[in-house]
Amino acid sequence: MTVMRVARSEWTKIRSVASTAWTLSLAVVVTLALGMLISALSRRESGSMDPRARLSFDPTLVAFAGMTLGQLAMIVFGVLVVSSEYSTGMIRTSLAAVPRRGVFLASKIAVATALALVVGMATSFAAFFLGQAMLGPLGTSLGEPGVLRAVVGGGLYMTLIAVFSMGIATMLRSPLLSLGILMPFFFLISNILGNVSATKKVGRFLPDQAGSRIMEVVPRAADDTPYGPWGGLGIMVLWVVAALAGGYAVLRRRDA
Amino acid sequence: MIELSGLTKRYGEKVAVDDLTFTVRPGVVTGFLGPNGAGKSTTMRMILGLDHPTAGDVRIDGRQYHELPDPLTYIGALLDAKAVHGGRTARSHLLWLAQSNGIPAHRVDTVLETVGLTAVARKKAKGFSLGMSQRLGIAATLLGDPRILMFDEPVNGLDPEGIHWIRSLMKSLAAEGRTVFVSSHLMSEMALTADHLIVIGQGRLLADTSMADFVADNAHARVRIRTPDRERLLDALHGAGITAQDAEDGVLEIEGDAAERIGELAAEHRIVLHELSVRRSSLEEAFMRLTAGSVEYHAQGAPPAPPWGAEGAAAAFGAGKQAVARTSAEG
Repeated sequence: MTVMRVARSEWTKIRSVASTAWTLSLAVVVTLALGMLISALSRRESGSMDPRARLSFDPTLVAFAGMTLGQLAMIVFGVLVVSSEYSTGMIRTSLAAVPRRGVFLASKIAVATALALVVGMATSFAAFFLGQAMLGPLGTSLGEPGVLRAVVGGGLYMTLIAVFSMGIATMLRSPLLSLGILMPFFFLISNILGNVSATKKVGRFLPDQAGSRIMEVVPRAADDTPYGPWGGLGIMVLWVVAALAGGYAVLRRRDA
Repeated sequence: MIELSGLTKRYGEKVAVDDLTFTVRPGVVTGFLGPNGAGKSTTMRMILGLDHPTAGDVRIDGRQYHELPDPLTYIGALLDAKAVHGGRTARSHLLWLAQSNGIPAHRVDTVLETVGLTAVARKKAKGFSLGMSQRLGIAATLLGDPRILMFDEPVNGLDPEGIHWIRSLMKSLAAEGRTVFVSSHLMSEMALTADHLIVIGQGRLLADTSMADFVADNAHARVRIRTPDRERLLDALHGAGITAQDAEDGVLEIEGDAAERIGELAAEHRIVLHELSVRRSSLEEAFMRLTAGSVEYHAQGAPPAPPWGAEGAAAAFGAGKQAVARTSAEG
């Protein structure tokens, strides 16, 4: 019962600040717009595609191209939900109202995750349909094998990115520090580690590399990835669980 | 009732709160007084279970803070008025607080009315002045209609009207039988509101006394006399059974408010007086003397000339006064 009260109070918190609407709508708009753009460009380039490229062309994944940027807005959402408690000093009021820190953190994460899931899932489906519309004859449909899994997976991926950011922000407490680590990590470092051959084997176990596997329908050429789509998402879930556990450990131990 | 027993907080080598044991009782305003850095805020954070004590224990109505079901209905606390999300409206801020403790939403409007913020209930907190923020913070403390209220430096940065309002609010809350615990670094402020005083310096308990006793013990008067006829005056005083003490520059000082008697005595013996004045030590000075040894940041350089009294104590008091005068937000 206490948990429901606290969850309700966290819902009031999250819906009463403008940053929630801003970050989430930015995630939607960027993911959709960029996905449509890349899909439209792919269609135009399709004539000059060589047969091998045509074989490994994945119309589902192309529709999700906007997520590489859109996920950054989800990161900002996840970070701000948690770290605004610290940057405003409100954490003391929050913990005086809810002294059981596990209940406080669980309620906050649960409410923010539920919201991220709704937005992430809607974005993923919208990105898929808009992308296929742009691709025209190159497109696929939800009925094709693996496509529905990829679209649902895209929604889960966006949600998990946000939750991972919440865990990291709980550990680091500062919004600037959290964003300063997460943004370059997901935008640059992870991509570099995943594409340089020397670090590829390690890089593909990073949360975004492993998690984004679920959005692929057409297998890559000469693929030796040691996990499947759900295995990859499982690896990402482990990262998220670790980040949340770390956040809880810090919150429980430290003075507020 | 708030009960502290052996409450201690160490940060590495530094002791912020040192073995504090006292009880804050209902029905009176208890002032929690100490220079900046004395450990007042740390103590209050430990009362709320925000900081973990190194040793010792705090009880709120016999229970530890985290054991209280819906703690806002037991104790309302204002630590930092600016600790509000600036993008949230006053009403939303109070609403989430109410919901977290199962407090009915109509209480939000009631307390907004009480603190006079109804007109700005739907305005964002970032546009609030410090005075309005203090009122919002006080509204939050009243939300759960708690039996215990705790305020950390509530008059800081307020205009005279706001200060007056907070003083009368605290008194009326205590008159309703509630426990009111309020910190300050200003004795003069406490003298106007508190019935009971708890004084700390460098984390240690220096005094736990009623305001009346503190005034009786500390509001001394002394008579200061300058005369070119020092020896004859001393004889006359001696004859009347009055003991005088030498102060600086040949000034004589006598304990107590005996100016009239001394004037008459001097006239009777036709002794010329160049000065006959009564010096009263204010409560502020008494507080400074009490905490002089424990002020964390002493001012650099020579202390100003001592107003009166023993050289050492006066010098320490002078330094203490400067340190207290350099007040800023307490960390």
